[in-house]
Amino acid sequence: MHKQIKHRDPHDVMTLKRLGSFHQTKLSFLRSFLREFKSWTFKCDLFDLNKQGFGTAVYSVNQDSRTYSLICFANELNDSERSDRVIATKWDAAFVLHDGIPTEKDIQRLKLNVPKQEVGRCSYKELTLSRANKSLRIFNHVVERLSNGVQPDLSLIKKVGYLYRTTAVYGSGKFGLADRYRIKDRKEINGPFRLEMMLVYLVRQFTFDQVNHIAKKNNPKLAVKLDQSIARKLGIGNSTGLGMAPFIINHPSLLHQWIFAKEDALRQIREINKVKESDLNIFKECLQLSKNMISTWKTDSEYQIKKIRELSNDIIKFESEYLSICAADREYLWNHLYKWIDKHLSFEGIEFIISLMMEPYDSIVNPLISKMSSNEDLYFNIPAYKKVSELKNIISTGYRNIIKIDFSKNKQNEKFWFISKNKEEPRLANRFDDEGSELEQPLAIARDIKALYFRLLEVPEDQILSEFLRNNSDLRHVVRRCFIAEKLPYSEIQDNSIGSNLMPIDMLRLKLSFFGAQKFDPRSDKWLRICMYQGAPLMNEISQTNDKWIYS
Amino acid sequence: MTNGFIHNFMRSSSEIITVSKRATKAAGYSWGVAEEVGKNIDILELIGIAGIENLKSYLRDIQKKTPIGPNAIELQNKIDNECLCPILTGVCLIDDFKKVELLKEINFFNVSYPLLMIPFISKLSFLIGKRVSINIDEHVFRFNLDKYMFSESDVDSLVIEKGKNIKVSTFENDDSFTQEVWDELYALSTDTFVEENEKLKSTAAGAGLEDND
Repeated sequence: MHKQIKHRDPHDVMTLKRLGSFHQTKLSFLRSFLREFKSWTFKCDLFDLNKQGFGTAVYSVNQDSRTYSLICFANELNDSERSDRVIATKWDAAFVLHDGIPTEKDIQRLKLNVPKQEVGRCSYKELTLSRANKSLRIFNHVVERLSNGVQPDLSLIKKVGYLYRTTAVYGSGKFGLADRYRIKDRKEINGPFRLEMMLVYLVRQFTFDQVNHIAKKNNPKLAVKLDQSIARKLGIGNSTGLGMAPFIINHPSLLHQWIFAKEDALRQIREINKVKESDLNIFKECLQLSKNMISTWKTDSEYQIKKIRELSNDIIKFESEYLSICAADREYLWNHLYKWIDKHLSFEGIEFIISLMMEPYDSIVNPLISKMSSNEDLYFNIPAYKKVSELKNIISTGYRNIIKIDFSKNKQNEKFWFISKNKEEPRLANRFDDEGSELEQPLAIARDIKALYFRLLEVPEDQILSEFLRNNSDLRHVVRRCFIAEKLPYSEIQDNSIGSNLMPIDMLRLKLSFFGAQKFDPRSDKWLRICMYQGAPLMNEISQTNDKWIYS
Repeated sequence: MTNGFIHNFMRSSSEIITVSKRATKAAGYSWGVAEEVGKNIDILELIGIAGIENLKSYLRDIQKKTPIGPNAIELQNKIDNECLCPILTGVCLIDDFKKVELLKEINFFNVSYPLLMIPFISKLSFLIGKRVSINIDEHVFRFNLDKYMFSESDVDSLVIEKGKNIKVSTFENDDSFTQEVWDELYALSTDTFVEENEKLKSTAAGAGLEDND
């Protein structure tokens, strides 16, 4: 009899502590981007940089009649003007992904706007927008070494991991960019954030071409090109602040699609009766390879150091206490393995091993990728013809842990989310010390769900929701969410987003893990640095890409 | 943002939804209602009605006022000495769509900026699964589900400060054509069929002539 495994309980999965321990997987967007585009043609169409490396470059990605073009504007920047914070107004380079082949007129138009980022304007012909700053320490080192005919110091390369850090990547209609509905039916855009991933990948190539160019101009006779094997070890850094956190609350159906894809992959894998030896070997190989990633994962954050230590200990424990003695021919080996890690390891270790369990299974993972987008409009309408009792049931089952939180205590209410007037970016402040809580954003979902539950207790069970909503309009936003969560159980974070012990970086890590980021390096509880595409194939070798590059 | 170079580029849907939602919240509506308005204004702009202009004007007009919607949808809806809020009226219509379907024809008297009700009527048509029309004084708009809008008015850049008589009507899903007209069109469609001879009758069908069960 075939064993039927249930999906993991959303109440266990959707806590911030676990979500903040997620790792990249085979489902991650940058890995699925490379798999989707490996048969496309990548090339540099324009490289008009001066001796110092300032100017314009264009890279294109083409197949049949479809072309995407990255336009790069590298600008001179004083050291004092360089800042990764979102309040910065100048960057070392600015980028835009254009739909098609840009005309000279397009490039001139974009040259006036893209370097200004949020205060410039793009058009529906542009898809994604970004900017990046040099990691001066490594950029200057690499240029200097290459100019002198020698390759850069590998230990420094490994330690930093990138030449440039992006400080924002925008898409989906921001600042005039094309809305997603304009492109969503394209076959190659069948996963979320595909074009953001494309932009970052092309930016990475630009950074290599730029250092090679400057070195050559510095010393035409002696300069050498950055060795491809070293370039491969470099990714693109990213500084991420609070801007990402509201996204996962504001897009509940999309969040469900992401988490469900992972949970469904895990369920299918746990249902495999006989695990092939070759598949088990892939798992073991990735486990061995990943140790390098863990050993080179550096951070000054005590919070993260503790988590890395937990992960390292978990892996040692897993290898010695489970893997070395498990019977490979055991029926439902993955299920047995999962139950063991769930009982013996920390969230870091559990989620890491789950990621590795997916590695042998293209046939399970790949069909899930195209289901990771969402048509949010399908879930927008509130079925206001239903009764109060039905909504109460949804809350008492779907939010059972949340309604246990006592929001009358200050510590559960300590924070509030607001949008900064200066930069139109999300911020988090202390309700009892700071001003502005009267303009709080609707991101305190747990508190508002609890308030809704209390109000529902005060009205007749058979009252129709349309009447309830007329008298309780202030809770309409969470009524909508309840009906989304009823259909999509992984749509809601089952935690308090305004409590005193909130770690916003857990929310950032959740999203970034789906991007495929590695080496999370928190710089405070509100922002972190990551690296993307480290180890990925270069543009000229993408057609031969091996999906295990992430472990290299 | 105007920079003198591309100031004519259209705002994206994402920008329209976000700004309309925030402006509505800032005017005193709840976040849940503001979410509805954000999407509605995008719909209005997409179909060529001046959603941004109507919303901006309405939100400006209700500064320091409390917008009032109907307490419940009735056949006749009126508030003495006040105008009905098009947003709260629209929300009421979609929340109470089952009652709207039963009532078939509903009248509202004195509604501010009634064009802001139009996306709610489109959604109403979708929820009921029937054609719905809205008459705003001399202007008529008809919807079939949320797929189609027909207007007898020139709606471009139309701003209506106050609608005196607003009528919302639902229609049964009846054909708009006679049986004769249908038969004639059907007869034409059969010209794409092949007349079967005896051989085709026995060999071209999946079960042939041997399926006597």
